[in-house]
Amino acid sequence: MAKSEVKVLGAWPSPFVMRPRIALNIKSVEYEFLQETLGSKSELLLKSNPVHKKIPVLIHGDKPVCESLIIVEYIDEAWSSAPSILPSHPYDRAIARFWAAYVDEKLFPSMKEIVSADGEETKKVAIQQVVDGLVLLEDAYTKCRKGGQFFGGEQIGYLDIAFGSYLGWLRVTEKFNQVKLLDEAKTPGLVKWAEAFCSHPAVKDVMPETDKLAEFAKVLAKARAAPPK
Amino acid sequence: MAEEVKLLKSWSSRFGLRIVWALKLKGIQYDSIDEDLSNKSPSLLHYNPVYKKIPVLVHNGKPISESLVILEYIEDTWNHNPLLPQDPYHRATARFWVKFGDDKVLPSIWSAFLKQGKEQADAIDEAIENLKLLEEQLKGKKFFGGEEIGLVDLALGWLANLVPVIEEIIGMKIIDEERLPSLLAWMHEFSQVAIIKESWPPHDKLIVKYQDHRDLHLAK
Repeated sequence: MAKSEVKVLGAWPSPFVMRPRIALNIKSVEYEFLQETLGSKSELLLKSNPVHKKIPVLIHGDKPVCESLIIVEYIDEAWSSAPSILPSHPYDRAIARFWAAYVDEKLFPSMKEIVSADGEETKKVAIQQVVDGLVLLEDAYTKCRKGGQFFGGEQIGYLDIAFGSYLGWLRVTEKFNQVKLLDEAKTPGLVKWAEAFCSHPAVKDVMPETDKLAEFAKVLAKARAAPPK
Repeated sequence: MAEEVKLLKSWSSRFGLRIVWALKLKGIQYDSIDEDLSNKSPSLLHYNPVYKKIPVLVHNGKPISESLVILEYIEDTWNHNPLLPQDPYHRATARFWVKFGDDKVLPSIWSAFLKQGKEQADAIDEAIENLKLLEEQLKGKKFFGGEEIGLVDLALGWLANLVPVIEEIIGMKIIDEERLPSLLAWMHEFSQVAIIKESWPPHDKLIVKYQDHRDLHLAK
């Protein structure tokens, strides 16, 4: 399939945008990565995602698919030959979906609370919430990995993608707040998993370097604090 | 091995109802346990330690939580009477509207219910904007799933059940013939389907419950 048949609209810092890119890489599908500029939305984005006007959007042929995890499932179904992204057994699929929803609905918001915390006490509470969440994920990892390196077992899968896409921002949060969120003592399995995930061929070119992301975070904070034009 | 399917839910929960409907649509035999959410059972806490919430589906001893995850599990496990189309693009589209329902429609209607005055008027406007997008999706179709009920219908079914309750309590119409004719027709069509109708929580009981909830919220 020609490269221009598959497009991803996104931006390199976004964890949500990473998800479809990793999925396409797993399936060895070539795609064109169209980057949005910070602060403005392209005509193509507004046309392809009129409901939310958000990235990522996958455009396959002329059909847009929106919402990062929905896109990942679409990629798994549209390019159905191996390797599979979702597990094959219904119960394993449910567990993967459960924890993917957890990282989006609980873990990521609690990470953002660390950033928006006003005062040391609030920050401590927010940090503890994230750590507690990661301990739950450590337990899930132990159960899901079935002897392999990843949540998906021997190969990276849906939950690796859903959770792993947050690792860049997790590391930036650790750096800015001088705190270890993933650590050897409480989450030893996840520490190893994070290494394996970030160095995986489908991930390494898509995962931003922590320093680059940290710089971007500063730019973003400034842009948000600046008065509207 | 004999199939053992248990559903932990509550008498009124719109999320539990989704699962009841899915199980009935697929003709799956199950045991149902109504939890008292003010006094959660040890079973519930054991089966859903992360959220301690209903619904929980327990299939041959293995628990699954989160209603949308449960719906997909049911679809994956019992293939007959499919809730989702075959084509990947149409599946992605269905999932999109399911998520839109939970992420946007539900909070905006809830907001319209719990607020007063100008805040309420604004919340209703926002709810209607969201509902108009659903209206567009329905145009010309009996159900969101087409001729048959599908995943989107099950996920949005709470609208047919709860919006009339909410409208009665706040004394205002949100979904009316003029603004949202297809959605109104769908609500009627959906609630007349036998398996949907037979699981409807009693209207009067819902009025009392939601009125209490609103009074408590406004008293804060």
